Amino acid sequence: MYPVLEVQGLVNRFGAQLVHDGLDMQVMQDEVFGIVGGSGSGKSVLLRTILGLQRPQAGVVRIGGSDITQMGAAQLREVKARYGVSFQAGALYSGLTVLQNVQLPMIEHLQLSAAALDELALLKIRLVGLSADAAGKYPAQLSGGMVKRAALARALSLDPSLLFLDEPTSGLDPVSAAAFDDLVLYLQQHLRLTIVMITHDLDTIFRTCNRVGVIVDRRMESDTLARIVDHPNPWIQAYFHGERARERLGAARGA
Amino acid sequence: MFFEVERTGTQVELELTGQWRALQITDIERALAAIDLPAGSTVRVGTQGLTALDLSGAWALREFLRRARGGGLEVTFSGAPPDQLRLLDETLASADAEAAAAAAAAPAAPSGHDPVLIAIGRYAVRAGADMVEGLAFLGRASTTFLGGLTSWKRLRPISVARHVYDTGITAAPIVALIAFLISVIIAYMSAQQLRGLGADIYVVDLVAIGVLRELGVLLTSIIVAGRSGSAFAAELGSMKLNEEVDALIATGVDPFEVLVVPRLLGLAIALPLLTIIADLVGLAGGGLLCRYLLDMPLTQFVGRVNYAISPSTFWVGLLKAPVFAVLIGLAGCYRGMQVRGSARELGRLVTVAVVQAIFFVIFADALFAVLFMEMNI
Repeated sequence: MYPVLEVQGLVNRFGAQLVHDGLDMQVMQDEVFGIVGGSGSGKSVLLRTILGLQRPQAGVVRIGGSDITQMGAAQLREVKARYGVSFQAGALYSGLTVLQNVQLPMIEHLQLSAAALDELALLKIRLVGLSADAAGKYPAQLSGGMVKRAALARALSLDPSLLFLDEPTSGLDPVSAAAFDDLVLYLQQHLRLTIVMITHDLDTIFRTCNRVGVIVDRRMESDTLARIVDHPNPWIQAYFHGERARERLGAARGA
Repeated sequence: MFFEVERTGTQVELELTGQWRALQITDIERALAAIDLPAGSTVRVGTQGLTALDLSGAWALREFLRRARGGGLEVTFSGAPPDQLRLLDETLASADAEAAAAAAAAPAAPSGHDPVLIAIGRYAVRAGADMVEGLAFLGRASTTFLGGLTSWKRLRPISVARHVYDTGITAAPIVALIAFLISVIIAYMSAQQLRGLGADIYVVDLVAIGVLRELGVLLTSIIVAGRSGSAFAAELGSMKLNEEVDALIATGVDPFEVLVVPRLLGLAIALPLLTIIADLVGLAGGGLLCRYLLDMPLTQFVGRVNYAISPSTFWVGLLKAPVFAVLIGLAGCYRGMQVRGSARELGRLVTVAVVQAIFFVIFADALFAVLFMEMNI
């Protein structure tokens, strides 16, 4: 096992506001790693830094062993072809159908015949549990749950081994959220994915994550799910032992 | 590179090796297509040498197996078939069943009419509905405005002031510059023609009447249609996409009252003011050119302008400005409120808004010209 993703000594600052101060994070192969933190703790900034959308003031971000903060555009493009991202609000291209959304990364990175392109894209759409009927629809015609699934299909379009999910179940009803968790687990096991997800949803964390990193005081405390819940930090205690968490904790420990 | 082929008699041994990933899919497909499969042979596929097989790779393998089986060959795996292949089969099997069900429920074939005829008919019906909706939009804006007359607050003076600033004051420099250039062009062109006839003095008439009656207001309106018509459509359109308009309605606030009427009102105030600026700068440009090209003293220019125009010349031009303003504002707001769904739709409707605003302005100007002619003004 080697770290697929490694962040060391990350510093992010906006003006006087220090968001990350020496943040470390390691994600091993085949893990589902959950990133947790209070609102405004810098989860999204962390993800944006890892994706190369934002340059940190200091620190190293290694994906597959190489530091992306030092890379040129051409190298970065190669790294980006190896991971998939599903954004919080889907970020589906509103002028394209679901099928075209899934095909866009394929067209950019692979040389495929039109028939293979259609079949592979439809395969991904089927894989996330959408009907072929949904493939021809525009994002505005989809329900919230379908948008999440379509975004996942697009993230999977290049068969990445690493997948980033930003709040995959936010805005879904509990039944759809549970179904989405099952889908993520199913894909993770069958496609041998390493998944990094930002989430607030305790159900999702207990259902899917092996390890959890909590952003507290501009750093990250990470450990296995079973151990992180006993971490002495007050915010972590409040998060995992609050009224809403207690039930699940009992269930998780009983299992 | 992706496999090794070993042939013993009719047996073809295919030992898969290396990484079968999406990024190499083209090479994999090409290599698989090149394998020669004589009829009557059996194929054995080994997967022990594979270091990576993702879904795209599995799909390429599956297509190859289908081709082999379609050719009547017997295909077996030495060892268990890869997991990914099973996942693929499961996913695609349910897809096939669904596709069959969809095909069974497919709608009846369309009628045998000429597709051109159908397209024309569709377009006509849509254009008709569009016109009715546009009129309804105008009606609703008018009633909201009239309702707003009952109290000063409901006319949203702060919002109106903002739109006067955005559409009027910030547009003044470009409007002035264009008015200046246009009047210089008219004076220059007409001077060349009229000088030959010894009628230089009529250059002043041309510039004064042309700018005050027609060009001042028309050019200003076209600039404003491009600037503010598009801004209205884009602003309201992105508010629609972001559900901000729905949020207003849900709060019990009429979007016509806070969004549409203040824009129309602001533009109706700003455009006449801009027209006055354009008139002034246009006359100044004409005067300047006459002074330096025709050696006509400024006093003579002013005297001639006074002689050439009547008070109505200025008012005829200015009267058109608020009408044009309402037309531009309506086109922008109406198209903006029509946006739904996608960023592309936003771009399309902003384009439509500007094109229609300019068309309406020129069309209305033509109607005004005929009207004023009949009235002998």
